[in-house]
Amino acid sequence: MNDLALKELLYKMADDLLILGHRNSEWTGMGPLLEEDIAFSSMAQDKVGQSLALYTMLHQLGEQTPDTVAFTRNANQFHNCVLVELPNQEYDFSLVRHFLFDTADSLRWNILTKSSYEPLAQLAGKIKGELRYHTLHANTWVKQLGSATEESISRLQKSINIVMPYALGIFEESPYETHIIDKGIFEGEKVLMEKWQAKVTEVISQTQLHLPDWKILTPVLGGRKGKHSEHLQPMLEEMSEVFRIDPTAEW
Amino acid sequence: MSILAATITEAEIYSWLEEVKDPEIPVLSLVDLGVITSVKIVDDSVKVEMTPTFVGCPAMDYMKTEVIEVLTGHGIKNPTVEINFKNAWSSDKITEKGKEALKKFGFAPPPSTREIIHDLDILEHATCPRCNGNHTEMKSPFGPTLCRSLHFCFDCKEAFEQFKPI
Repeated sequence: MNDLALKELLYKMADDLLILGHRNSEWTGMGPLLEEDIAFSSMAQDKVGQSLALYTMLHQLGEQTPDTVAFTRNANQFHNCVLVELPNQEYDFSLVRHFLFDTADSLRWNILTKSSYEPLAQLAGKIKGELRYHTLHANTWVKQLGSATEESISRLQKSINIVMPYALGIFEESPYETHIIDKGIFEGEKVLMEKWQAKVTEVISQTQLHLPDWKILTPVLGGRKGKHSEHLQPMLEEMSEVFRIDPTAEW
Repeated sequence: MSILAATITEAEIYSWLEEVKDPEIPVLSLVDLGVITSVKIVDDSVKVEMTPTFVGCPAMDYMKTEVIEVLTGHGIKNPTVEINFKNAWSSDKITEKGKEALKKFGFAPPPSTREIIHDLDILEHATCPRCNGNHTEMKSPFGPTLCRSLHFCFDCKEAFEQFKPI
């Protein structure tokens, strides 16, 4: 087995979850409703926990300990897509990102239940159930706000238009794509994107929102190769502040 | 056979582990919660396998420490606890006794996940643990801990939590 190919897959998934988990946690105490405050905080906890499970798997494959990889790398060593590192902005932006990312993530874990890499398939069997609650939450709000008032519809529409090119960056292919597919580790980003487009279309078609034409959009790529927006490094510095001051601190 | 295996059984070890409770729900033991997936006597010690209810459950380390303390308290030397996903947790692993304990504590126990495979709408109408009414609505699929959701009962006008089916 080509370890590099597997590790690349695990790193990009773990980094997506850690970074979006951290962004979600920034809604703690700030949510527009108490229930939304709790929802984003819970999804943060799920995602950071899921990233820990993946970093632990990487550690078993010879990488550094989870805390070391989470807290000591610089932005250009992270493999997350740019979508997840963007600041939260207003609630409509966070909701649309949550909907588009978690729809993809849920489908990804479902595909991974059939992975030839047994530890990943086992973890996927567990996580796909957790993700149902994330997509249930996202779909409920997108359907509700996407058909409610003129303001809610126009806010979501504006965010969809802004977020979509970044969302397409989720599916930036790995240099080891063929290997990953041939070895049965993962069906690949192209298959995932097709399933995602179908699912996103299914939900949006139940609202008064419109999807941009996929074909004319330019995906925001580079995140998987360590090329990030200016927003990631400051976020990492904040996230790792305690660890950098005292690596042995318990909190 | 090891000396240890000649003096105790795995069933006895399970009964010791009944002493360890979910830190958030102190009426529910880890055995009834279904997170203990294997207990084996290996040579002259004990190996326990556990699996978290949710991957991000922050109580896992605490539960692991408690299991080790209980085993040590019963004279087992150097017991080990491994956390893995080989036999992943589902709310269907909660025993009937565990479901009863949850209800008494004020939580709606999770319905069988066989019912939610095709239809998540079942979450919308949890049975109220106080009045047993079904005239309820889900306020949020997320609650005070990862494993609980928030609901409201129109019959007895009380808010309640459900242990999520997963």
